[in-house]
Amino acid sequence: MSKMSVNLAGVTLKNPVMTASGTFGSGAEYSEFVDLNHLGAVVTKGVANVPWPGNPTPRVAETTGGMLNAIGLQNPGIDVFCERDIPFLLKYDTKIIVNVCGKTTEDYCEVVERLANEPVDMLEINVSCPNVKEGGIAFGQNPKALEAITKEVKKYAKQPVIMKLSPNVTDITEMARAAESGGADVVSLINTITGMKIDINRRTFALANKTGGMSGPAVKPVAVRMVYQVANAVKIPIIGMGGIASAEDALEFIMAGATAVSVGTANFINPYTTQEVVDGMEAFLEKQKVEDINQLIGCVK
Amino acid sequence: MGTKVKETCTVISQECIGKDIYSMWLQTKTIAGNAKPGQFVSVYTQDGGKLLPRPISLCEIDKEKGALRLVYRVTGKHTGTEGFSRLGAGAQLDLLGPLGNGFPLEEAEGKKVFLMGGGIGVPPMLETMKQLHAQKMAVLGYRDELFLDKEFAKNGDVYIATEDGSAGTKGNVMDAIRENALEADVIFACGPKPMLRAIKAYALEKGIPCWISMEERMACGIGACLGCVCQSTEVDSHSHVHNKRVCKDGPVFLSTEVEL
Repeated sequence: MSKMSVNLAGVTLKNPVMTASGTFGSGAEYSEFVDLNHLGAVVTKGVANVPWPGNPTPRVAETTGGMLNAIGLQNPGIDVFCERDIPFLLKYDTKIIVNVCGKTTEDYCEVVERLANEPVDMLEINVSCPNVKEGGIAFGQNPKALEAITKEVKKYAKQPVIMKLSPNVTDITEMARAAESGGADVVSLINTITGMKIDINRRTFALANKTGGMSGPAVKPVAVRMVYQVANAVKIPIIGMGGIASAEDALEFIMAGATAVSVGTANFINPYTTQEVVDGMEAFLEKQKVEDINQLIGCVK
Repeated sequence: MGTKVKETCTVISQECIGKDIYSMWLQTKTIAGNAKPGQFVSVYTQDGGKLLPRPISLCEIDKEKGALRLVYRVTGKHTGTEGFSRLGAGAQLDLLGPLGNGFPLEEAEGKKVFLMGGGIGVPPMLETMKQLHAQKMAVLGYRDELFLDKEFAKNGDVYIATEDGSAGTKGNVMDAIRENALEADVIFACGPKPMLRAIKAYALEKGIPCWISMEERMACGIGACLGCVCQSTEVDSHSHVHNKRVCKDGPVFLSTEVEL
């Protein structure tokens, strides 16, 4: 057996495959299809200090080879999350990464502080959601704001902090460097790409929010390029995501420089995808006689 | 692991039963055996560019044969549903299901029941009517051309409304109820939102319970992505906001639970 485990800021994952925030809830729904024990980590849907109702519907629309979503970070709030979702995930032998969202720096810090004594392994700070008016991406498109919020969050965080980056910027390496200098332990990318679809028969937007975040196989080349750029710009590890639907897709991200990968939209197309990516990566390592997945991280220069 | 599975099914037959309306029987391994009336399946296209499954209601469930009947509308050229309509006997198709909750038949056993369907909301009422032991009245609304009406007639009384007046009552399902002076103790309904709104108001006025099947754009189909929510009248016990998931908490809701 080849070695599949990887290390993210001192946290050892049994394999590099995790879920992309917002596509997997807190794992309960998908646990009917995949054994969560087989995943490197479950990254939860974003959680805020209080419940958020999200956006009006329609919230999703199909695009060629992808989809748009504008859920608007609907979530039950941190109290319910701690009482219900963390105990559920603790039943499994997988790492728990909590995605944190907020409208203000104080909101983010409140959730991070609340999680300090909870048995979760890492925090992913969502400063890149394109579908909410306040917070979210406002912090993720300005390097100074990103560095500042990273520093603030780090003051309260007991777990390693992952800053999730937006692709909706001119230069993603500038953002990655800002996160790194703010003290981020890891960066994850890419969040969704802002897009729009128009329903020509109804002469209106396909999404009630007008714009949405584009994801799915169609965005993968953009994501791989950005992971490669960021890998060459910062020293902290990267979680790569954007259109991963197979082991081959995941390996592209690893070779571009990601230490771990997240499966997102593909869960909607095939609920067994995460498990299939783990199995496919193992098979690839065996076939290519690679002893350790770590040998492939960033191997394409 | 639960009863929901994604499996490759085989088309048994495919038939056009009206303008843009198709009826497809599918051989399943386990989905039909676990399915209930009012549930749905996610049907995957064979076009790699069209990723999201199409949620389609169950028109008939043959548990003995393990077969499902889907009656669906082709929504346009180059759509996923147009792709489904081209599949003949022997073709394969991926399905995820059974999904959603279904109609609570036990709430209507032995009572006078309206089974109301409008447009492409007609098909799920057929299996519901077949499995229900009650005094059954199907009230079906169409724009013009009828479909499945004769199959409903084998299972109870049928009242028709057409917008153009070409068959039954001219108007909608509410007009058909009034014209025929019908009364019921319980309502099960599926159809477009304006129809459900009218039925909800009627049920409130009459003081009778009413379950409605809702529709919304979906992605995951299993309650994870929160794409297909509807507004709930009370704070929902799962979401902790005024939202319920159509795919998981529904598609069938007590009409007073949801805002229309």
